[in-house]
Amino acid sequence: MATDFYNIDSALSEEERAVRDTVRAFVDEKVLPIIGDCYIEGRFPKELIPEMAELGMFGANLPEEYGCAGLNNVSYGLIMQELERGDSGVRSFASVQGALVMYPIYAFGSEEQKRHYLPKMASGEIIGCFGLTEPDYGSNPSGMITTAREQKDGSWVINGAKMWITNGSTAQVAIIWAKTGDDKSDKSIRGFIVPTDTPGFSGKDQKGKLSLRASDTSELVLQDVKLPATALLPKSGGIRSPLMCLTQARYGISWGAMGAAMACYEEALDYAGNRVMFGKPIGGFQIQQQRLAEMLTELVKGQLLALHLGRLKDAGTFTPQQVSLAKRNNVSIATDIAREARRLLGANGILAEYSSMRHMANLESVYTYEGTHDIHTLILGQAVTGLSAFEG
Amino acid sequence: MKIAVCVKRVPDMDVRFKIGGDGTSLDEAGLKFDINDFDAWAVEAALQLKEKAGAGEVTVISLGPDVVQETIRKALSMGADKGVHLKADRVPFDGFTIAKALAEELKAGAYDLVLFGKISPDSSNGVVGPMVAELMGVPCVTAISSLEIANGRGTAKRELEGAQEMVEFSLPVVLTVDEGLNTARYPSLKGIMAAKKKPLESKPAQLAEPQVKVRKLELPPDRKAGRIVGEGAAAVPELVRLLQTEAKVL
Repeated sequence: MATDFYNIDSALSEEERAVRDTVRAFVDEKVLPIIGDCYIEGRFPKELIPEMAELGMFGANLPEEYGCAGLNNVSYGLIMQELERGDSGVRSFASVQGALVMYPIYAFGSEEQKRHYLPKMASGEIIGCFGLTEPDYGSNPSGMITTAREQKDGSWVINGAKMWITNGSTAQVAIIWAKTGDDKSDKSIRGFIVPTDTPGFSGKDQKGKLSLRASDTSELVLQDVKLPATALLPKSGGIRSPLMCLTQARYGISWGAMGAAMACYEEALDYAGNRVMFGKPIGGFQIQQQRLAEMLTELVKGQLLALHLGRLKDAGTFTPQQVSLAKRNNVSIATDIAREARRLLGANGILAEYSSMRHMANLESVYTYEGTHDIHTLILGQAVTGLSAFEG
Repeated sequence: MKIAVCVKRVPDMDVRFKIGGDGTSLDEAGLKFDINDFDAWAVEAALQLKEKAGAGEVTVISLGPDVVQETIRKALSMGADKGVHLKADRVPFDGFTIAKALAEELKAGAYDLVLFGKISPDSSNGVVGPMVAELMGVPCVTAISSLEIANGRGTAKRELEGAQEMVEFSLPVVLTVDEGLNTARYPSLKGIMAAKKKPLESKPAQLAEPQVKVRKLELPPDRKAGRIVGEGAAAVPELVRLLQTEAKVL
C-alpha cells in the first residue's frame, strides 16, 4: 500500500498482518461500496454487524474464554485502523461495543456478568452503548447529576439523562454511570448494566448531525429505572472506572484516526496522478507535491506513534497520559490530512463519491469526543508540570 | 473424507513488476504476496465439503521456501486442519518437477479428493494439477465451477466457450478450480489465532532436476507515444489516409 512508506509492515508479526488483511479486505469489499450512501442517508449500516461479529472484531483483545478473539493490542489497533479507513462511524461502533461496553463488563463485572454478556456481545447478539456524558457534563464527567439510589431490598433506581451516546438507539444494553451517594464528589460513581427495554429507559436519535452521519448518536433518558442488585458492576468505583474505559477506547482511536488519514492520503495521491490540469497531472505541481509530502510525513509519524503505544500497551507499561498524547496528535493530524486531501481534490472533493470530505467531517467529531483535543492538552500539561489546570 | 488442497504463494499482480538481477525471475522487493485466488477458492470448496459432511479432514500443501508457510497458515486460519510444507529454495518453473514432488506426498496421504486452483497468475502454466492426476493414476477434471460429492461419486460443471459441460467422476480424483465455484471466506480473527496451534509439518521437497528452465524474462517493450494528426473534422481525411497507408488497418 502506498501509505506504508516506512515499511511499518516489517514491524508487524505475521499474525498482526493477517488480522489487518482480514479487516482490510472486509472494509474494501463490504464497507466502502455502501458507506457514501449510508452517510448521505444518515444511517448506520447495521447489516454489517453479523459479519463483523463472525470475523471476531468485537472486543477482539479480550480473552478467548469469554468468546473473544484474544488478540494482542497491536492487532486490536490495526482493526480500528482498518475500520476507520472505511468510516469513523463504523469504527466508533466497534470501539463502543468493545472498549466501552465489553471492557467494563470484563474489568468491573462479576464472573456471572462476564459469562452472560461477553460471548453474546462478541457474537453481536447483544449490542451495547456507554452512558457517561450528560447534556451539561461533557469534559467534566465528575459533575454528572444522574443518580442511582439503592433501595432497602438492594435493588436500584436510576434517574438522569445522557447525551451524545453512540449506538444509543441500537443497543440492547447500556452501561450507565451514576452517582450512588448524596455528595457532589465523584467517588460514589458506579457503573450499571441496564437493559434498554427496562421501563423508564428511552433512547432518542439526535437529529441534524453534519458529522458521523453513518453512526447512531442518541440521547438517553432514565426515569425511575428500576434495576435488580445484579445490575451493578461490582468492581466499579469512582470516576476512575469510566476513565479506564475511555483510555481503552482512546487507544483505539489513535489507530483509527490513522486509518481515516490513510484513506484520504491515498485518495489524494491517486487523484493527483490522474487529474490533468494545464496539460499535466496536478501531482506534477510543486504546491500539490508539498501537500502530499506534508500529509505523508505526518501520517508516517502518527502510524509509528500508534504502533509504539500498542507495544507499550502489550508490555503493560503504557500510561493514560501517553494515550492522551497519541489521541491528541493523531486525530489532529488526521483532520489536517483529510482537509488537505479534500482541497487537493478541488471541486470533486466535496462529493460523497470521494471519501475525503466525509472523513474530514467525521474527524471533527473524533477530535471532540473521547476527551477533546483541548482536554488532552491539559492532561499533558498536568503530566509534565505536575500542576493541574482543571482545579481552581 | 480426506481432502488435500495444494496452494501457491503468488505476488499481487496489480503492480508494475521489475526483473531481478539474474534476468530470469522477478525482483521480489516491495511485492506483496498472498495465496493464489484460484487456490483460495479450492480451499473454500474443501472447507464447504467438510462442513456439509460434518466430518473429514482438510490438509493444505505448499511447495517452496519457508515464506510459503505463511500461505499455508492463511488456509489454516480459514479453517483447514493441518499443513504440509515441502521445502525448496525456490519454486521451480517446471510444472512437471513440482507435480512429481507433490504426487509423492499426495500418494502417501491416501486422499479421496485433491484440489488445485486451475492456474496461478505468475507462471500461468496450469499444468500441475493434471500432471499430478496422471502421476497418481487417478481421474482429473479441470476448471470446475460447481461441485457436488455424494456416495463416493462426484459431479462438476465446467464453463466452456458458449456452453456448459456437466461431468461425473469417481473418487479418488484431482480437481482444478475455476472462478465462480465460490467466494473464499476471510480468515476470522479467532481462526488466525487458532491457526498458530494447528500442525504444520515441514520437510524437504523431493525435487528432480527441472527439464524446463526460464532463460530470460523481459518486460514488454514500452508502447510508442501516439501521434495527433490534427483537430476537428478537418483532420479526418489525413487520419483516414494514414490508417490506410501507414497503419494499414482500413
